[in-house]
Amino acid sequence: MEIVGQLQKQYVEFSTSLYREGFLDEQFIQLQKLQDESNPDFVVEVVSIFFEDSEKLINDLATAIQQQVVDFKQVDAHVHQFKGSSSSIGANRVKNMCIALRSFCDEKNLDGCLRCLQQVKHEYFLVKNKLETLFRGISHLKENIDSFFSFLIHHFFRRKK
Amino acid sequence: MELCNCIEPPWPAGELLMKYQYISDFFIALAYFSIPLELIYFVKKSAVFPYRWVLVQFGAFIVLCGATHLINLWTFTLHTKTVAVVMTTAKVLTAAVSCATALMLVHIIPDLLSVKTRELFLKNKAAELDREMGLIRTQEETGRHVRMLTHEIRSTLDRHTILKTTLVELGRTLGLEECALWMPTRTGLELQLSYTLRHQNPVGFTVPIQLPVINQVFNTNRAVKISPNSPVARLRPAGKYMPGEVVAVRVPLLHLSNFQIHDWPELSTRRYALMVLMLPSDSARQWHVHELELVEVVADQVAVALSHAAILEESMKARDLLMEQNVALDHARREAETAVRARNDFLAVMNHEMRTPMHAIIALSSLLLETELTPEQRLMVETVLKSSNLLSTLINDVLDLSRLEDGSLKLEIGTFSLHTLFRETYNLIKPIASVKKLNFTLSLSPELPEFAIGDEKRLMQVLLNVVGNAVKFTKEGSISVSAFVAKLDSLREFRAPDLISIPSDNHFYLRIEVKDTGLGINPQDLPKLFMKFVQSQPTKNSSGLGLAICKRFVNLMEGHICIESEGLGKGSTAIVIVKLGIPGRSNESKLSFVHKVPRNQVKPAFSGLKVVLMDDNSVGRMVTKGLLVHLGCDVLAVGSGDECVRVINHEHKVVFLDVSMPDVNSFEVAVRIHEKFSKRMDRPLIVALTGNTDRMTKENCRRVGMNGVLLKPVSVDKMRSALSDLLEKGFFVESK
Repeated sequence: MEIVGQLQKQYVEFSTSLYREGFLDEQFIQLQKLQDESNPDFVVEVVSIFFEDSEKLINDLATAIQQQVVDFKQVDAHVHQFKGSSSSIGANRVKNMCIALRSFCDEKNLDGCLRCLQQVKHEYFLVKNKLETLFRGISHLKENIDSFFSFLIHHFFRRKK
Repeated sequence: MELCNCIEPPWPAGELLMKYQYISDFFIALAYFSIPLELIYFVKKSAVFPYRWVLVQFGAFIVLCGATHLINLWTFTLHTKTVAVVMTTAKVLTAAVSCATALMLVHIIPDLLSVKTRELFLKNKAAELDREMGLIRTQEETGRHVRMLTHEIRSTLDRHTILKTTLVELGRTLGLEECALWMPTRTGLELQLSYTLRHQNPVGFTVPIQLPVINQVFNTNRAVKISPNSPVARLRPAGKYMPGEVVAVRVPLLHLSNFQIHDWPELSTRRYALMVLMLPSDSARQWHVHELELVEVVADQVAVALSHAAILEESMKARDLLMEQNVALDHARREAETAVRARNDFLAVMNHEMRTPMHAIIALSSLLLETELTPEQRLMVETVLKSSNLLSTLINDVLDLSRLEDGSLKLEIGTFSLHTLFRETYNLIKPIASVKKLNFTLSLSPELPEFAIGDEKRLMQVLLNVVGNAVKFTKEGSISVSAFVAKLDSLREFRAPDLISIPSDNHFYLRIEVKDTGLGINPQDLPKLFMKFVQSQPTKNSSGLGLAICKRFVNLMEGHICIESEGLGKGSTAIVIVKLGIPGRSNESKLSFVHKVPRNQVKPAFSGLKVVLMDDNSVGRMVTKGLLVHLGCDVLAVGSGDECVRVINHEHKVVFLDVSMPDVNSFEVAVRIHEKFSKRMDRPLIVALTGNTDRMTKENCRRVGMNGVLLKPVSVDKMRSALSDLLEKGFFVESK
């Protein structure tokens, strides 16, 4: 019982900090609203897809920027995609970094792009870590709640006898 | 003894004479005794002899006579007194009996005589009966022959067989030498030898029909004896033969038309054939009455059998004709069906082919108008646009009309608001009327129900057409539109047979009158108004199909439409009556009521709303899809413009297009979607999803005819309110 309470408290503190620090924004809350009985794993699924997409995009970006002759249009297209997906998730800091990267692309500033790309990658991995922790916490919490309830039921029935 | 003066002297009895007398008396006595014995013997033998008493008497008389004579034998010699007494007694008795017998005989002899008479009478009667029996037998035989002949004749329905059989059987029954049938020719002026018994191939002899002998035979229904030398009877080679007697009889040839008039076949229209029968020559046979009767009966039967055969032939011909006609009709029907199908296919393809470039023209002309143009250029582009709109309407009308005529068009029944219908029509037409400085009024009767069940879209089309026409052909003055519930007498006024049903609780008749003070219509042209493609006035520039389509829609709605006018320059009145259902009292059809639900209610039912989502970003796509699914929509998510245009169909009500995709020109996609759907009603609403907030994007979106812009990321509430606005008003304005 206490464990549940503690875990809950931990979870709430953690997720609040995520919002406070700007890793996640309002959109992530919207995503959670879309999760219901008919769609129980919606958030996890969306986030998984985001991870897959993003890693691919980052690779593509890296390849594109390392070309002899950099095709900025191509880079811009990739960044545009990344920006779109991160804003759909609510990965706020990643989105902002993408916006910055785009402006460097418009200017055709290769150095700027390279530096910015590093930061984008950095932010991405940060938010990924946080999200994974969040989900682990959630599953941990879930397990505990489940065991607590099964204990209750067991106990109740034992007493009945 | 003394001698006296007698003639002969008495002489003493001679011996000889005495002897003879003695013997005679003896024999007499013997006879007299034997006769009764014989009589008794015979009477005993015959049982029927009625007069036994007489015989007894007679017997007694004879016995006594015999006794007398016997006793006489003793008186020849001297005899005693006893003998004399016995003799006397016997004589007395004999006298008595004989007198009695004599008296008795007087009584019975008349009776005996009459017996003989009766016997004769009975013999005559027996002879008569024998004769009659003979006659009956003959008749029965005749009857048998006739039945047999009839059976033979009737057992076939083939005319030739009938006639041939008749001749053969008659020949056999009556033992004829020759039997022939003469039939009238087509002209009716001659008789042609058609069938004979012995001659195998009659060589088509003909005789004129007006011969006296022929007339004689035709004038009576009996068999007539004719001369063997008459032309109809000269069938055997002339020679040393003594020709046998010939008889001719008429055979009526009955025709179907004879029986169609009330009285039985009239004599005037009768045609006859002639049957000629010849007895064998050199046979000295004569035609007997019963044979003649047989011939007459057979001739009648043949007539009946022939008429049956004729009727059968005709009915077979008619049946064959019908079968041929059936085959031809079936063929024609299949050809017609093929033609109709080909036409429909052609129309469908052509319409689609025609609409695509049409819509491109309209869309691009509209876009062109939004750019910078010189006034001349603007005028030209506007004309292009107007003409293409007109052409597009014409194309739609043609397809509608062909579907209406096929009967393949079905009304889309739903519940709608009558007030809204009229209000919208009014709002659409009012600007045009104002521009022409026409007074335009709408009056709705208070009796009109608020809601009705019917095809709203098509009723609006009819109304717009009629009111539009009124406005088009009115240069000055006023147009008034009034709607009310039609009363029964006003329905009867149209004398339309299909408006039989009386307004009941389930439905009512809506009557709309559109009066204008316009050009009016020539009364001669009134009937042509609703005909396709007929233009009555040179100034008319409508498609010529509008009113025809209206009439068909109105007919589908079980109503009536007509236009009345006093004449040219006197204005006209259009009257439309349609049958509509009343909701709430009967089984309602589905309510298409989305826009009536107030916005403040919790979670409006978007359930099942079919939408298409286009976004090439997989994450964004998934998020937006989840959002829409959460609101209850049925989402089809695609990742490219091509796929979007491909999968969209008339069931999808809304399309969400992400316009921030760099590769895809979403505006082009929107135009293509517009092209795909020719009718405004079928077109889905298009909403742009964008990350850009700049005005340029919004302008572009509006220009291509998008119905709304949503800024990403979209919250649940924002999406919800956007969707409800969209479905209610057809567009939405995003509130920040």
